[in-house]
Amino acid sequence: MTKKIKNLNLNFGPQHPAAHGVLRLILELDGEVVEKADPHIGLLHRGTEKLIENKTYMQAVPYFDRLDYVAPMNQEHAFALAIERILKIDVPIRAQFIRVMFCEIGRILSHILNVTTQALDVGALTPSLWGFEERETLMTFYERASGSRLHANYFRAGGVHQDLPAGLENDIGKFCETFPKIINDLENLLTDNRIFKQRNVDIGIVTKEDALDYSFSGVMIRGSGVPWDLRKSQPYDCYDQLEFKIPVGKNGDCYDRYLCRIEEMKESISLIKQCLAKMEKGPIKTFDGKISPPPKKEIKQSMEALIHHFKLFTEGYRVPKDEIYTAVEAPKGEFGVYLISDGSSKPYKCKIRAPGFSHLQSMDYLIKGHMLADVPAVLGSLDIVFGEVDR
Amino acid sequence: MNNLTDLEKKINSELGTKINSTKIQHNQIYVEIDKEDLIDVTLFVKTNKDTKFRQLIDITVVDYPEQSQRFKLVYLFLSHEFNQRMILSYNISENEVISSLTSIFPSANWMEREVFDMYGVNFKDHPDLRRILTDYGFEGHPLRKDFPLTGHTEVRYNEDQKKVISEPVKLEQNYRNFDYESPWEGTKYIKDQTENNDKKN
Repeated sequence: MTKKIKNLNLNFGPQHPAAHGVLRLILELDGEVVEKADPHIGLLHRGTEKLIENKTYMQAVPYFDRLDYVAPMNQEHAFALAIERILKIDVPIRAQFIRVMFCEIGRILSHILNVTTQALDVGALTPSLWGFEERETLMTFYERASGSRLHANYFRAGGVHQDLPAGLENDIGKFCETFPKIINDLENLLTDNRIFKQRNVDIGIVTKEDALDYSFSGVMIRGSGVPWDLRKSQPYDCYDQLEFKIPVGKNGDCYDRYLCRIEEMKESISLIKQCLAKMEKGPIKTFDGKISPPPKKEIKQSMEALIHHFKLFTEGYRVPKDEIYTAVEAPKGEFGVYLISDGSSKPYKCKIRAPGFSHLQSMDYLIKGHMLADVPAVLGSLDIVFGEVDR
Repeated sequence: MNNLTDLEKKINSELGTKINSTKIQHNQIYVEIDKEDLIDVTLFVKTNKDTKFRQLIDITVVDYPEQSQRFKLVYLFLSHEFNQRMILSYNISENEVISSLTSIFPSANWMEREVFDMYGVNFKDHPDLRRILTDYGFEGHPLRKDFPLTGHTEVRYNEDQKKVISEPVKLEQNYRNFDYESPWEGTKYIKDQTENNDKKN
């Protein structure tokens, strides 16, 4: 006797702890094997690009914090660079070091979150408890520099908003001494852990060719053995003055991507140390009064400073007609801003290229033929944050 | 090719009539083509050994409502081998249908869905052209310049019907959009405009 078996459709999310936010995944299952995955995104769509078109360049910065909210300053960096390249302004060297340092802090923030939640998805609870404690320390650094733990609004075209408060550099230096031990502890828990390896090795393999075809970037492409890092290949700010290595994976599976992230955290620590060592006292934003607001003290005495201040915070600065694409190596991959200015003080068009968007798109290709239990593992290693996918 | 000017020459000589104009700016090459040549040009720059633009970074549209050819489609390419970026663009008018790149780059799938969702540009031969970012049952194309910032509808939970319903937008307070270019014009208040529209209807 034969029995007809129908494929099962399963609705994964939108409220599921392993969905890393609001992902709705329609899975077609044959027994426990996934035949097809159709991600439904957009549940966190806020119309960021439309809003930016209606705000001045300075008012648009906070929207970038809200994209990939686990590494806010990396996004601001791309926007600041785009404006600077159109306006052709130079950034003082101290500001460059501050920005790079905070971008690397952002990278650690993001990688801790990803590595530990990936472990959580496959059943290990302890790493996230240890990792989040360190994230808290890092977010206090954000807070001391910018006044806010998450939504920093710190980078400006031409530099950063304000100088680092006294003692912060010391404390970041101290953190760099203690943090490698935490990475070691995490590695002790995970790297050779039998269960962790069973869940990740040979799962979600991406070949070199497919990594290119599916527009992968960041760890997703490096995990497959392509040594591509925008910090090295198209250096921005002061990355060309710093030394770092690019960790590359071999097999392109979830486990290799995990290893890449661990190694990148170690490189980031070394980058932060180099920044601290090379940082000297000096200006932290451009002196051009038409772009960066004057110091408060000057406003009380100088008429010109007062006018500049007034014009900057009402009309904002104007950006000449131009078209540019700038990309930075955000923790998740290539984060780009395609900016069209029309000579007014608001962007005519600002397209945000989020790495997670192309990564999530490949979900169907990655998961086909895997077991249902591998879905969270693959999703975890893609490093998805819905703030940037949905925009 | 590692040199941008060589690359520009190469593209111009090999593709000849298919290229309308090229320019180099901000260390990137900007290429303008006609809508019909999209597939040919893309295939060439992807496969040619001197260009090797193996990765499609993004697809987007710029809306110029005052022009007869309203939409400018923009394709961003990246060549890892030569470390170059290329920005390919062409103009179309409102109801034109254009070819899909999904057969050449699988990643174009969602990017084209996003363009369709945000601007209402239609793609021929796209395997699965659905809305992607906006809500189920959404109407209109939000990133068009004539779509209001506030949108047309808002959603709330209705206690009587025990479900989420969508209603026309009702603004409690005006969104103030000052025109600094000429301060004498005053402010165009969105709320007044929508209320005037309501009266007309």
